[in-house]
This record gives sequence, structure tokens and C-alpha cells, in this order.
Amino acid sequence: MKILIVDDFSTMRRIIKNLLRELGFNNTMEADDGSTALPMLKNGGFDFLVTDWNMPNMEGIDLLRAVRADPALKNLPVLMVTAEAKRDQIVEAAQAGVNGYIVKPFTAETLKEKIDKIFERIDG
Amino acid sequence: MDSDEDNLNFQLQLAQQLVGYLEAGLVDDAAAVIRQLRVPYERELFEELGKLTRDLHEALNSFRGDSRLVELTQDDIPDAKERLNYVVTMTEQATHRTLNALDEAMPIAESLQARAHGLTATWQRFRQRELTVSEFRDMATALDTFFIVSSEETERLRTLMSEVMMAQDFQDLTGQIIRRVIRLVHEVEENLVGLIRLSSARMDSSKGMMKAAGKTPPEELPTSHGPIVPNTQDATGDVVSGQDDVDALLSSLGF
Repeated sequence: MKILIVDDFSTMRRIIKNLLRELGFNNTMEADDGSTALPMLKNGGFDFLVTDWNMPNMEGIDLLRAVRADPALKNLPVLMVTAEAKRDQIVEAAQAGVNGYIVKPFTAETLKEKIDKIFERIDG
Repeated sequence: MDSDEDNLNFQLQLAQQLVGYLEAGLVDDAAAVIRQLRVPYERELFEELGKLTRDLHEALNSFRGDSRLVELTQDDIPDAKERLNYVVTMTEQATHRTLNALDEAMPIAESLQARAHGLTATWQRFRQRELTVSEFRDMATALDTFFIVSSEETERLRTLMSEVMMAQDFQDLTGQIIRRVIRLVHEVEENLVGLIRLSSARMDSSKGMMKAAGKTPPEELPTSHGPIVPNTQDATGDVVSGQDDVDALLSSLGF
């Protein structure tokens, strides 16, 4: 399972990377915004995308839309981990096809729960 | 040209008159001539002053019309202060969270080390066949306890280290808030520069003034907003209060 972590704050990328490692996901890569992440995703090999929303150049919501619009990536599970807390935004992300939405600050348990849920649904 | 020459001749005549009056000691007559000499310059000064006043008035009006400065001072700057206060609170909390975890972890590490140290000494004696049977039994019991305790304690240490790690999430959240305040400071700066340009535009050219009064093209606004800060304009929006709220909203959407 290869996971791409996208966040403009390197501290948050490290936290998520550590949490994923604790959950048994050791194969992770990082990108600092959507415009860096998209070419990496297009190169293939990723099974899961964890992305922030508020980022320079290309925001997480646009990355999500770009992923859904790409025939090769459209089924990639996407978990959004963001401080964006407006109801409109959560609805927007849901409509754009997000698989899970976590608001910061979050706990290790929340991350585990949402990841489990996403894969449960995909496997089921 | 002629009128200029006439003017010059007239002034020369007045000047000669002035010298005459002064030499004759006719102070009042001299003063009257000086007043007469001053008239054309005063008229020019008043005209200039009137023009400046009009320009300033127009500039201020146009500035007031499309400026964000009022909004910035009334809403955004108090908001920014609140945001920065929130950053102080968050960083304080994160630091306490980290230090609390360390306060608990340090004694655990120290006690583990002390236990291991004590056992090492006995173990050395065992290796050198210096232990009596009863001492060996004591050591075996101590080892049993040590294995159990060290497993529990290291698990507790692991949890505390996770706590320290999660406490670092403040850097992302406060960073987003601070970046927002930086954007605001930048906007205030631009508006103030605009104001200064307006007041000095008269000296440059009318073109400069138009430019200063015109709006800078609006940047493309991001769809993101950053963390919600209590007691600011954020709180008036329709926002979720936490993960449970997000889950409820998503489940109402069929997730």
C-alpha cells in the first residue's frame, strides 16, 4: 500500500507519516501542494491519497477534482485532513468525491477509524 | 510678450518709487508700494492653494469611495488581534501538552534505567559465579518483575511520545492563522501606500493620481479559509464544531 501525503506544512506531513507508520503503512511519499502532488499521482503506483485543503498554488479541493477527472486516478481513495470547518466546504468535498473528511486538530484514533472505514467500503 | 514688458516696467517704476519713499523716510507710502508689488504673487498663491485644496478633497473622496481601509480598521484589524491571541493560546497549550508528557515520561525512563542498572550488577556477579542459591532466586524474581514492568512502562513511554508528536500539530494550525494575518498586514500596507500616493500624486502628475485612486486588480481568492478562530468573524459562519459534527453532516449526505 503506497500512500501520498499532501500538506504544505512539513510538520503536519511528518505527523501524518508517523501515524500511518504506527498503523502499519510504511510506504509513504510526500508533496507540499496539489501542483506537486498531481504529477506524482499521474506517474502511478499510489493506492491512497491523504490531502490538506488550504495550500498554495493548487488547493486540496482542486487536487481532488483533478484526481476524479483523470480516468487513471478516478477510483483512488482520497482522505481529506484539513482545518477547513465550514459546512459548505465539507458538502463541496463530498460532492467532489472525497472518501473521508477529517478536521484538524485530529487524533490518531480518528485517522485509524476513517482509514479503516474507507477500506472497509472499498473491499465490501 | 508686451504685457510682460509692461508688467516689468510697472514694477520697475514702483521699485524706484519705493526707493524714493524710503530715502525720504515716508514709511507709510513705502508700505503701500510694497503691498502693491505683492498683489500679483498673492493672487497666484491663492489660486495654487485653492487648486491643492480641491485636489485633496477629490482624492480623499475617491479614496473613501473604494477603499477597504475603513473595513480593515473596523473589522479585520480587531479580528487579527484576536487571531494572534488565539495563536498565543494554542502555542501555550501545545507547549504544556508536550511538557506534561515529558514530566510523566522522565521519571519512567529514570526508574527503568535504575532497575536495569541494579539488575546489571547482580547479573555480573551471576556470570562470575558469585551468587548464592538464595541470591539467584531473588535475582530471578527481580528479573520476572523487570520484564513485566519494562514492557508496561515502555508502552506508556510510547503513548507519551505519541502525545508529544500530536502536540506538534499546533505548528500547522497556528501557521495557517499567522499566514492569514500576514496577508491582512500586506493589504493594510498596500492601502496605506495608496493613501500616501494620493496625497503626493498632485506633485507627480494627474496620471499618477488616477493610478493611485484606481483599485488594484483583486487577486484570485482561495476557497480555503484556515482554522476557525473563536471571537472573530469566523464564528459567525456556518461551521462544524468538531469531527463528530463532520461525521454527522457526511452521514446525512449518505456517507
